[in-house]
Amino acid sequence: MNIHEYQAKDILRGYGVPIPPGDVASTPQEAEQIARRIGRTVVVKAQVHAGGRGKAGGVKLAKTPEETREIAGRILGMQIKGLTVQKVLVTDAADIASEAYVGVILDRASKKPVFMVSPAGGIDIEEVAAKTPEKIMRMPIDTRYGLMPFQAMELGFFLYPDATKARAASKIMKQLYDAFMATGASLAEINPLVVTPNGDVMALDAKISVDDNELDRLPKIAALRDESAEEPSEVQARHANLTFIKLDGNVGCVVNGAGLAMATMDLVKFYGGEPANFLDIGGSSNPEKVVSALKIITADPNVKAILFNIFGGITRTDDVANGIVTATKQNPLKVPIVIRLTGTNEEIAVKILTENGFSAMTDMDEAVQRAVKLATGGQPA
Amino acid sequence: MSVFIDKNTTVIVQGITGRDGSFHTRQMIEYGTRVVAGVTPGKGGQKFDDKVPIFNTVAEAAKETGANTSVIYVPPMYAADAMMEAADAGVTLVVAITEGVPVLDMTRVYPFVKERGARLLGPNCPGLISSGKSKVGIIPGRICTPGPVGVVSRSGTLTYEIVYQLTRAGIGQTTCVGIGGDPINGTNFIDCLTAFEQDPETKAVAMMGEIGGTDEQEAARFVQDHMTKPVVGFIAGQTAPPGRRMGHAGAIISGSAGTAAEKIQAFEDAGMGVARRPIDFVELIKARL
Repeated sequence: MNIHEYQAKDILRGYGVPIPPGDVASTPQEAEQIARRIGRTVVVKAQVHAGGRGKAGGVKLAKTPEETREIAGRILGMQIKGLTVQKVLVTDAADIASEAYVGVILDRASKKPVFMVSPAGGIDIEEVAAKTPEKIMRMPIDTRYGLMPFQAMELGFFLYPDATKARAASKIMKQLYDAFMATGASLAEINPLVVTPNGDVMALDAKISVDDNELDRLPKIAALRDESAEEPSEVQARHANLTFIKLDGNVGCVVNGAGLAMATMDLVKFYGGEPANFLDIGGSSNPEKVVSALKIITADPNVKAILFNIFGGITRTDDVANGIVTATKQNPLKVPIVIRLTGTNEEIAVKILTENGFSAMTDMDEAVQRAVKLATGGQPA
Repeated sequence: MSVFIDKNTTVIVQGITGRDGSFHTRQMIEYGTRVVAGVTPGKGGQKFDDKVPIFNTVAEAAKETGANTSVIYVPPMYAADAMMEAADAGVTLVVAITEGVPVLDMTRVYPFVKERGARLLGPNCPGLISSGKSKVGIIPGRICTPGPVGVVSRSGTLTYEIVYQLTRAGIGQTTCVGIGGDPINGTNFIDCLTAFEQDPETKAVAMMGEIGGTDEQEAARFVQDHMTKPVVGFIAGQTAPPGRRMGHAGAIISGSAGTAAEKIQAFEDAGMGVARRPIDFVELIKARL
């Protein structure tokens, strides 16, 4: 789960990270009031879950409260990478002498959180890693001991040869690490970490991504989810306990298991179609889940055919068949459906489907080809 | 032969009285697995289905039964503790089926288990099955048949699909191992490839990877440098958008890293067979046996 910059900054402030004053606004008037309180030149920043906000025109300087109102009016409602800006962060435009990068990511290879710091901040860290890897220090942290003071100092001195600044930075590392652990993060970064002309070290931008598996035990973090910033169909799916990701294709896919779901989408593409979504109905299926899944998929006008691919292990195929029958009785389908199922209770499932006017296939490859043909206007094989 | 488990494997089930634990314990016993103990704190002294003794702790279960393996079906927030408890009790194989374990928990579990010399499989995995001998986990037994192919995969149902197609084509399996879909797991592809390379009955390996991380790329280099047996690979997630978690916590393209294209390229560079579709495994494996 991603949270907004202003939320990440609130968390980091709570751990003591120095961050210039600022607040979030939903209207131009609110933005103006915040600018008035700050009383200096401010930055108005779009709060959306997308990178490249600056390039898209979602980050602007404003010298006066009036200008802040005008700029906020332009940014609010703007579309950035398909997302509507609903909030802006208005924050003190700190003067910058130098910019650095500080991040903690959960690293799969070392199986540890890894600090990545670079004196070349303010730009895409992947680019720095590719072009000038010597400008990045990587330090894996054993979570059983946590970030130790000497490690924090090593990181600090890598950024700043000056001891005062290195100490200030190492303190921020510790605060960032504590915030990372407490929020169940998979990524926490400050980019840029700046030094102001009078020597203060401060965080100007912050990003935190939370491991979804943590949300059950961190209700306060879970409450930071901004559903208005997400695709509505994905929100609906999450409430129905389905894992769903919307795409732009024409074949709606309903599959059990993430790996099989991806492989099904890939096969749709292989045969010349485009998957409309990723959807995993999960292991212990019940008919209700299938009903929700069909509701979400049929609401997408791009979907020209629906493909079920179910390999019954824990999932009972008769549950899926019952779900299909119930769902289509409630909302008759307007697009063709191809059902492939095999495994647990297959005979019962086929019987249920045939009695209700559906046909069932057993071969994944054939089912995908048929669905693609139907979606692209060809005749069924 | 087989890898990791065989007829002599003796199993403790952690969470044996839960919904998933009890269902799959019956399935394992039906397949022939030697389930010798269950653990549910507070139910020590009782018996599961009038057969399997239940203990309060894994330490007690291991001491009383001498079991060498434990399988975990406890809820995600307790799974990390369960894995460490099993390793601390001295079992040598810990299989964690549980999905949804916080990844930060695994940063503590992994070194803890390693220091005690146990092998961890999972979490978020279907477990493993040695055809005709033993199964630990949830892989449906009826889709497998004994034969010469080792199977290793990051996914559950996709593995079933491919094993089912192999079985239908008359190609049996030594052992099928699901390593799980989480970013930090106990056993990786290289661990399994090493075991299959050493197993005299395994003649070829089918390997199913997916987007996210670099485990497949490292496995490809291992195949090139250390394997004498043929390996056929498949990568799921060619159509996955970057930055999105595709169901499995580990199936995510970060920035430009972990794409299906780079993994497939790594397979090709290593001279492995590459299955473009699940069905391709049948012909590619056949040609290499």
